[in-house]
This record gives sequence, C-alpha cells and structure tokens, in this order.
Amino acid sequence: MRRLNQHIDKQGELIMKTETSAVDIDRNKGDFFYPEAHVRDAGIGLSERTIHYIADVKDDPAWVREYRLRGLKTFLEKPLPTHWASKDLEAIDFNKIRYYLSPGTEPKRSWEEVPDDIKRTFERLGIPEQERKFLAGVEAQFDSEAVYSNIKKAVGEQGVIFVGSREGLKNYPEIFRKWFGKVIPIADNKFSALNSAVFSGGSFIYVPPGVKVKHPLQAYFRINAENFGQFERTLIIADEGSEVTYMEGCTAPKFNTPTLHSAVVELVALKGAKIQYITVQNWASNVFNLVTKRGLAQENAEVKWIDCNIGSRLTMKYPSVIMKGRKARGEVLSIALANDGQHQDTGAKMIHAADETTSNIISKSISVGKGRATYRGLVHVPKHLKNCKNNTECDALLINATSRTDTYPAITVRGTGNAVQHEASVSQVSTEQIFYMQQRGLTEAQAMSLSVNGFVNDLVRQFPMEYSVELKRLIELEMEGSVG
Amino acid sequence: MPSVTNHELVKPESILSGPSESREFPDWFCDQQRAAWTEFESLPKPTRKDQAWRFANVGLLDLSPFKYGGTLTEKERATILEQSRGLEEVAGRMIFAGDELIERAVISDQLKKRGVIFQSLERAMVEHADLFRKHFMSQPAKLGSAKFAALHQALVSSGTFLYVPRGVEIELPIEIFHWLNGENTSAFPHLLLVTDELAKVTVIEHFRSVNEDAPGFACGVNDLVAGPGAKVTYVCAQNWADNVIALQMNSTIVDHDASAMSLNLHLGSRYSRFESLSRLIGEGGRSDLLAVAVAKNQQEFDARTLQDHVSPHTASDLLYKNALDDRARTIFGGLIRVEPHAHFTDAYQKVRNLLLSDDSEANSMPGLEILADNVRCTHGATSGQIGEEELFYLRARGIAVPVAQRLIVTGFLDEVVQRLNHPTIAEHLHRLIEEKFAENHG
Repeated sequence: MRRLNQHIDKQGELIMKTETSAVDIDRNKGDFFYPEAHVRDAGIGLSERTIHYIADVKDDPAWVREYRLRGLKTFLEKPLPTHWASKDLEAIDFNKIRYYLSPGTEPKRSWEEVPDDIKRTFERLGIPEQERKFLAGVEAQFDSEAVYSNIKKAVGEQGVIFVGSREGLKNYPEIFRKWFGKVIPIADNKFSALNSAVFSGGSFIYVPPGVKVKHPLQAYFRINAENFGQFERTLIIADEGSEVTYMEGCTAPKFNTPTLHSAVVELVALKGAKIQYITVQNWASNVFNLVTKRGLAQENAEVKWIDCNIGSRLTMKYPSVIMKGRKARGEVLSIALANDGQHQDTGAKMIHAADETTSNIISKSISVGKGRATYRGLVHVPKHLKNCKNNTECDALLINATSRTDTYPAITVRGTGNAVQHEASVSQVSTEQIFYMQQRGLTEAQAMSLSVNGFVNDLVRQFPMEYSVELKRLIELEMEGSVG
Repeated sequence: MPSVTNHELVKPESILSGPSESREFPDWFCDQQRAAWTEFESLPKPTRKDQAWRFANVGLLDLSPFKYGGTLTEKERATILEQSRGLEEVAGRMIFAGDELIERAVISDQLKKRGVIFQSLERAMVEHADLFRKHFMSQPAKLGSAKFAALHQALVSSGTFLYVPRGVEIELPIEIFHWLNGENTSAFPHLLLVTDELAKVTVIEHFRSVNEDAPGFACGVNDLVAGPGAKVTYVCAQNWADNVIALQMNSTIVDHDASAMSLNLHLGSRYSRFESLSRLIGEGGRSDLLAVAVAKNQQEFDARTLQDHVSPHTASDLLYKNALDDRARTIFGGLIRVEPHAHFTDAYQKVRNLLLSDDSEANSMPGLEILADNVRCTHGATSGQIGEEELFYLRARGIAVPVAQRLIVTGFLDEVVQRLNHPTIAEHLHRLIEEKFAENHG
C-alpha cells in the first residue's frame, strides 16, 4: 500500500512540473490514476500483427478478423484529411500509439467483483452515486474493456440488451452483424477505418419493439494508460416504436504525450423509434478526439444528438443523421467550449433521403483565450424529395481578443418543395452587461460566467438534470481566469 | 490583305501554346508574362477535392479547344459596334472584340484636364508605367484560381486602365464592352481602376458573344482600388453565349473611409466562375457585394467571395440571389474573415436561392473566420421556392401562371438591383433579366 502511494506521488509530481495550462482546474477531479496492471498489451504501433493479436485475444470470429484487416488496409491507404481539416492532425504519431490494452478481465456483473483500485477510480468519478440516482444501468469502460456492467433488473426484464460490444458480438450475433458497420462503413473516413481495425469496448444496445426505456442508459469512458488510444465501438438499435436515451461522459487523467481517442458510434432507429444520444466530452487537453457518429432514422423515427465538447486538444466530430424513411427527424444540439490550446471542430451533418423529413441543428460555441471553435456542417437535400425542411442556427461567442471562431457550412438543395435555412452569428458579451452586473456586486469573472451560462442556457436545459448541473459547473470553471 | 494573313500566321492557334512573342509590350511586361506562363503551367489543375472548388464541375475547364481571337472583318466590326448598346449617356466608352480595342469614346476634355486617365492597357503601361506597375495584378488570387490568374496575366493583351485623381467625381458611368467572336475563341478582359482620395466613379462592363451558340473561353480580371474616402461603383453584366466557359477574378481594395459597391449580374455562359475578394484596409471603409444570377438549362454559376476585414472599424455587406430553373446549378462559397486586431468589424453575408424546377441544384457555403472580438458578423443562407400563396394571389387576379412566376422571380431579384441606387443602370439590368426570361417563355 505504501509503495502504491509513493508511485502516485512520484507521478503526480512529474505531471505538476510539466503542466502549463492555467485553466485546467475542472479536470483535477480526473487527474489521478492507479498503477497499470495490463495483462494484455498489443505493444506499440500498428501492423497486421497488431490486428491479429487483438483478434486472437478477443477471440473474434473470422468475419470480424477479416473486417479488422480491411479496416487497417483502408486506414493506411487514406491520407489525413488536412486539405480541409486542421494541420494539427499531423502531430499524431500513429507508430507510437498502443492500440490495444486490456486488464484481462471479463466484464463484471456485481460491484463486489470489481478490483479495488478500479473501484476507487470510479468512486472518484462518482459512478456509484449516479447509480443510486436510479440510472438504469452503468457501463463503465476502464481502458479498452468494460470492467463493470450492470443493468437494472427492470430494464433487463423488458428485454433490453445493454452489454459491451464484445458481448454483443458473441451473444447476439444475429442482431449485431445485421447492423454493425452498416451506418458507418469502414471507408467513411480515415479514422472510422482505424476504429474498424482496432476497435474494442463500447456498448451494444438493443431495445425491443414498443419498449420505452424510462431511465437513460449511461456509460463512462476514461483513458488511463499513457500513449494509449481508445477505440470504442457503440451500436444502438431501437426497434419499431421503442425509445431510448444513452448518455456518455468522458474524463481522463492528464498525460504529457498526445493520446488518441477515435470512436465509432452507430445508431439505428427503426420505424417510429426514438434515440437520444448525449455526450459530455471533457478529455484532457492533450487528447485528439476524432469521432465518427451517425444515426439512421427510418420512417417516422427520430435521432437526436446532444453533444457537448469541453475538453481535448483537437476534437473533430460531426454527428450525423441519415433520414431514410418518410417523416424521419434528425436533430443535433451542440455546445463547444474552446480554451487556450484547444480546437473544437464540431458540427453536424443532415442527409435527407426521404420525403417530409425534417432536421434541426443548433450549435453554440464559446471561444476563450486563444481557443478556437469551428462549426462545420453539411445539409443535403437530393432531388425529387418533397417537403423536406432544415433549420440551422450557429451562434458563436468570443470572450477575448485572441479567441477565434469559424463557421463552414455546406448546403445542397435540389428541386422545389423543400425549405432550408441557415443562420449564423458571432457576438461577444457586451461591456454594458458586465458593467450592470458589477454594479450589483458581482466580480467581473462571475458576471462573465453568468453571461456565458445565459448564452448556452436554452440548450443546456434540454440536457438531463445531472448533466446540465455538471455542464454549468464545467463552464464556470473554464471561465475562471478568462477575464481581468 | 497580306498583312492580316501574316498577323494570323504569327499568332499561335491554341491559347495553350503560351504567350505570343510578337506582341509589342515593354520588356518588363513581357518578362512578367513569361513568368506568369511558367506559373500557369506549374500549378496543378483544380479538382473537386480542393475546398475552393468544392461542388464545381471542374471537368468543364478543358482549355484545349480554345484559341486566340482572330482579326475581325469589316462587316463583323460594324455588327459589333452596332450591337454595343448599353447605357444612353456615358462619360467614356471602350469596346473590345477578342481582346482588340475596336472603338473608344474618349472622356471629356474637362475630365482629361483634371488628370483623369482613361486608356487602353498597352498605352497605360508605357505612358503611366509607375502607376500602372504599382497596381497591375498586385493582389494574390486567394480564392482558388491562382492558376487562371496566372493564365490571364500571361495572355492578357489589352484592357482598360482608368485613373481618377484626388477629388474628381465622374458623374456619368464609364462603359466597357467585351465581345467574343467566332467558334472556340478566347478573351482575357482586364480592367484596372485606381481612384485617389475622395474620387468618385461608376463603371459598367458588358460581356457578350457575337455568335449565339459558339463555344468560347473568357478569363478576366478586374481590380478596383478605392483610395481614401473614394466612392467606387462597379457593375458587371455577364451575358456570354450559352456555350462559353468563363472565369472572372475580382479584387477590391477599400482604403479608409472609402466605399466600394459591386454588382455582378450573371445571365450567360455554360459555366461561369466569379471570384470576388474585398479587402478592407482602412478604418471607416465599407464594401457592398451584390450579385444576381438567373441560371437555366444546364448552366452553372460558381461564385466565391472573401470579405477580408484587415482594419478595425470596417463594414461589409454581401447579398447574392440566385434563381434556378431546369437543370441549372449554382454554387456560393463565401467567407467573412476578420483578421486579428480588426475589432469593431460589422460584416453581413446573405445568399438566397429560389429553385424553380425539380432538377435545379443550389449549393451554399457561407463561412465565417473570426480572429478578433468586438465584432458583429452574421450570415444567412436560404433555399426555397415560390410560395403557393403568392402564386395564388396573383392567379386570383387573373394573371397566368408563367407570368405570375416571372413577376415573383423578378421581384425577388429586384431587391438586389435596387441596392445599387442607380436608376439608369438598374433599368438596363432589368431589361437584360427580362430578356433572359423571355427566351424561355417566348
């Protein structure tokens, strides 16, 4: 026990010395870790050997191994998308990343079976408390394997499947294989190809027809091993007329070398189903967060992404909805906060592929210090569709003279009978507002924080209560030290 | 006419054979042309993967069929002069056919006395070398067409140079015609307009073809320099024949307290790309960018703009409207960029597409890049169609559907033309728009 403590102290000291950012206060909650005890380690770098290693360890069926190899091939062939994306991507050294790590333990069903040090990690992350708050289930990922997964009995009795992606693949192959990789093909982009090659972890959810899952299902992700990318793969299928909400939050301890997170999330909402997917992303400020998220909405179905990006060094994430059936609906609500050294390159894609489909994008970004927030969007209404509607609103708030914001939408509309509108504005907190609040006894920082929270308030209100509280607190912390 | 034959012999057939060595330009200009040609050849062809060419039908940019404009016969010359009808009253006029200046209506002696220079490019580069060299092709082609700007510089052989000195206001517009004559001919229209402090001028350029169905290629540049407190209005009425491939690159420099207004009307061509760069370099500067496009059949209009706010306390306002019918396509790629320290920028950008058919396609990419705070920047893009209620209202008053549609569309486009605040030019542009609609419903 004493040795363990010494180890933490030593590491902690090392981190303190190299930390440069002044506004990392909020992340201290996640800024600790326990000694790594990885039984299975695929080593550093990426080659066919790495893929075979992962496939062997995970005991993949032949088609998955084949799928991984195709992913690797595509990944190696595709260039980095730097012709439109940030040149910062070139800072990722793909040969220095560990692509697979596992504690070597099977997912645990009961809390007692979870190892003590991992338990302590989760305690500090607050998972057991949230459990007590009647969240339907907790799927926590510690490095690449889910070590703890539990679904409330009630949900299980409704026939809802909520397991890790590996379990889903093993135990429910007929549903899993039918949809896996169908919404986001391997070659969608370089990073979806990478994920297809080395994926491990993530959730598999199936909601049977007509079942409305009352409580949000939740998963916590956390990166622990240095230089280790996380490549989780999530697949959610809501069968006809069902409803489900999924929440995902991320915190990560800090490391001094870049870490890569590249997930793929596929949602399938069958006829009349509703899926709501909520993310609060607060990765450490050295993480590259390159995620592909896409939902497929059949007739009368609805896919809604609520996406909040606070952390990471560079996030590139454009949640999409393909509206494939008549009257399908897609929605993206996005909040991004970019502080010093951060680039939040986020947005949305709405692909209308059937009549009477409607989509809505509301994006709010805040740039603080030298932070850069970018909205990148795509709205596509192909020809011979009738009565499709899209509404896009992007608002950006600039806090300091050095802050930066960009908006890059691309809108294609063919034919008559559709209506698309896009609006964006850039503003700042007015000095009058700040002055008014200072007159009433608030400090400048408090006034600024209040204004910023007001700016995002109408979006934050749409979050589940626990998340909106956490989010407001995160924004307050990020705003500290931004003025004066 | 042996001299004409000789002339044709020395002129290279294809534009891809490079600049002609026989032209009588100053050495420095010839050196620049050769350098530009090398640049043109070394730069890669644009592909759709280039952000600046996203959605564009780059396959149409095959230059191999195009050759230099030949010499006109007397009859052709007479026809062109007769058809060069624009505004009734002008302060000066130049008419170019295939890059050859065929007529010039000089400015008044009074304006000349006050120092106004209105000359062909080839004369200005000799007689006003310093002024000319300072401004000629001085702005980088930032919006994707660096290759075509180089091509233009390598092959330009004539054009207009207009200089308006300090405090001189030219009330009547200056009018310039550019004609494409014959099959697969090319033109490299050039306008360099420099205004000094508090000067005021309006220029309208007409782009037309003699032969209605003849394929052709136009690659033009117009550079406008608005000096401190100057007022510059520029109007482009593009009405090339329907098989013409056209590129036009504009740069507008707006100094402190100056204001520049440009309106581009796009009616003709098969593919027309228009790049407009507005740089606001002094406090109190203002730039208005207006455009109207009526796209029919398989026409494609590709507009790329940059409102570049370099100095604090500057304003820009962009309004582009497209009416699309048949299988036509439009692309709008616009960016408002607020450079670091350009605080108190007030920038606006709006693109509106009116789709009139099921096969038409409108692409909009309104962008913002803001690197300073205390700014007010807004953009909007809409795509829609004629409202049923509007149509019903007119039909209820006994107006037939095609006429009602035309009324609604012209009303929609009129908002832009009215912004010019120049009734004579507005009336002329109106007539051109009406003629284009008449082609369809005639």
